[in-house]
Amino acid sequence: MIAAPRPVSLHGLTLGYGRRTVLRGLCCRFEPGTLTAVVGPNGAGKSTLLRAMAGLLRPREGSVNLNGMDARQVAYLPQQADIDRSFPISVLDMVALGHWPQVGALGGMTAAQWEDARAALAAVGMRAFAARGIGALSAGQFQRVQFARLLLQNAPVILLDEPFTALDAATTEDLLRLVRAWHDEGRTVLAVIHDLDQVRSAFPLCLSFMEQQPVMGPTACVLPARTFHMPTQDHGTAPTESTQANSALAAAPVDALPSDTLREGASA
Amino acid sequence: MIWLWNIFCAPFAEFMFMRHALAAVFALALGCGPVGTFLVLRRMSLMGDALSHAVLPGVAAGFLLYGFSLSAMTFGGFLAGLGVVAASGLVSRLTPLKEDASMAALYLISLALGVLLVSLRGNSMDLMHVLFGSILAVDAPSLLLVAGVSTLTLLALAVLYRPLVVECFDSGFLRAVGGGGSLAHMLFMALVALNLVGGFRALGTLMAVGLLILPATAARFWAAQVWSQALTATGIALLSGYFGLLASYYWNLPSGPAIVLTAGCCHIISLVFGPRQGIAAQRFLGKKPA
Repeated sequence: MIAAPRPVSLHGLTLGYGRRTVLRGLCCRFEPGTLTAVVGPNGAGKSTLLRAMAGLLRPREGSVNLNGMDARQVAYLPQQADIDRSFPISVLDMVALGHWPQVGALGGMTAAQWEDARAALAAVGMRAFAARGIGALSAGQFQRVQFARLLLQNAPVILLDEPFTALDAATTEDLLRLVRAWHDEGRTVLAVIHDLDQVRSAFPLCLSFMEQQPVMGPTACVLPARTFHMPTQDHGTAPTESTQANSALAAAPVDALPSDTLREGASA
Repeated sequence: MIWLWNIFCAPFAEFMFMRHALAAVFALALGCGPVGTFLVLRRMSLMGDALSHAVLPGVAAGFLLYGFSLSAMTFGGFLAGLGVVAASGLVSRLTPLKEDASMAALYLISLALGVLLVSLRGNSMDLMHVLFGSILAVDAPSLLLVAGVSTLTLLALAVLYRPLVVECFDSGFLRAVGGGGSLAHMLFMALVALNLVGGFRALGTLMAVGLLILPATAARFWAAQVWSQALTATGIALLSGYFGLLASYYWNLPSGPAIVLTAGCCHIISLVFGPRQGIAAQRFLGKKPA
């Protein structure tokens, strides 16, 4: 069972590193159980936003309000560059780290917790790799293992930073299925995604940093299919009407979007 | 059989100072094995090297004020080591200089300062003792110090083990789950400084880091887990200490360099023949085990 999901709200969030401000005065609210894609060009502040929401970056101004949730109830998957892939640790041990909030630095793992870790590995199709070192894994396999660890963390809020970049179609499809399952279980999921077709087909909501002002709303409105065929032509070609319509930055309820419309929009 | 005894055991049976030196170097090896393993896994081998130089002005200040007093030199060295760790962390946080660069800058300053301080009062022989250690200097108090250091190190590592492993491997994850990684990091650096100070009597400040790094880099070619690497490194450190002391006894060599060179031989042998991606294993067996 997951803890009762609560909304996550950002109040006038300003983020930056050193002198550089990456994000200025962002206000928005992620309702419990929503599945949101975060899109935008490199350097727009998508990863920075996720780091701040995970509690890894202190906001310059404003705040991330978890509405009573513990920071540890937010699971965060960073981009791959952050992890030492040559480290001498077995796949099972790495997945078992997902139990850290319960076990901590000194506690022992119970047999049931080890079984959970194996089950999580099985869920991503990596059970046979439990005893191997992580150095032997391909990029796709490693990402599966990371997802297994996320499964074990069992968090009500999950933040994914470019989870499918550089993965083959089969791996992406498997992992996307997990993301959908999280969505069905009522978890709040945010993912930074570069593949806009993927966003249109799998993510009901979208937070876009494509324009001057960040825009959030139903994907079909934020990313009209026709204007976003060529990522290089994104700027300035979005219809101003829909941008304005969604610039209230309020997340619409997910159920208001029949998936059929989304697919039609994507193929049009 | 008697000749085996004569070669390998007689020096230690005959001479008290050899027994002291052996006990000291074994105690050091027990602490240095696991600490060095973490140092190498954290890609901080050179930081350890820098730290060993940074210890020197503290040792020298103790020497300048109190002569060859063990407690003064040890305490001074430990304080200097902690000071440099804290200062380099602070510099890298306040300026764009990376931690390794600021560490390098600080260690050059410390080394010059230390050599200057020692030569203010002592002669070049004293300087050699501080820099390269000497077997004869290991008396009962030094032994107690080294034993205390390694006991404390092993106890502290037992508590810090899990956060340290995760901090090395995936520090972002540890921060996200609130695991206290930076506290573990600071305590670990203090342990490194402590082991360097513990080693300076037997090995000298410049050589003490050799027993930290070389067994650990060698162990990487034999073992596939953090704990087994630490265990292997400890074993290699013990062997290096024993054979290094023997070599220094028979050929009348300074003990510090002899022990570190023995560890260096273990490193080169591991590099070539180690089953985990050693040169020979890769070339002739054609496999790259995980």
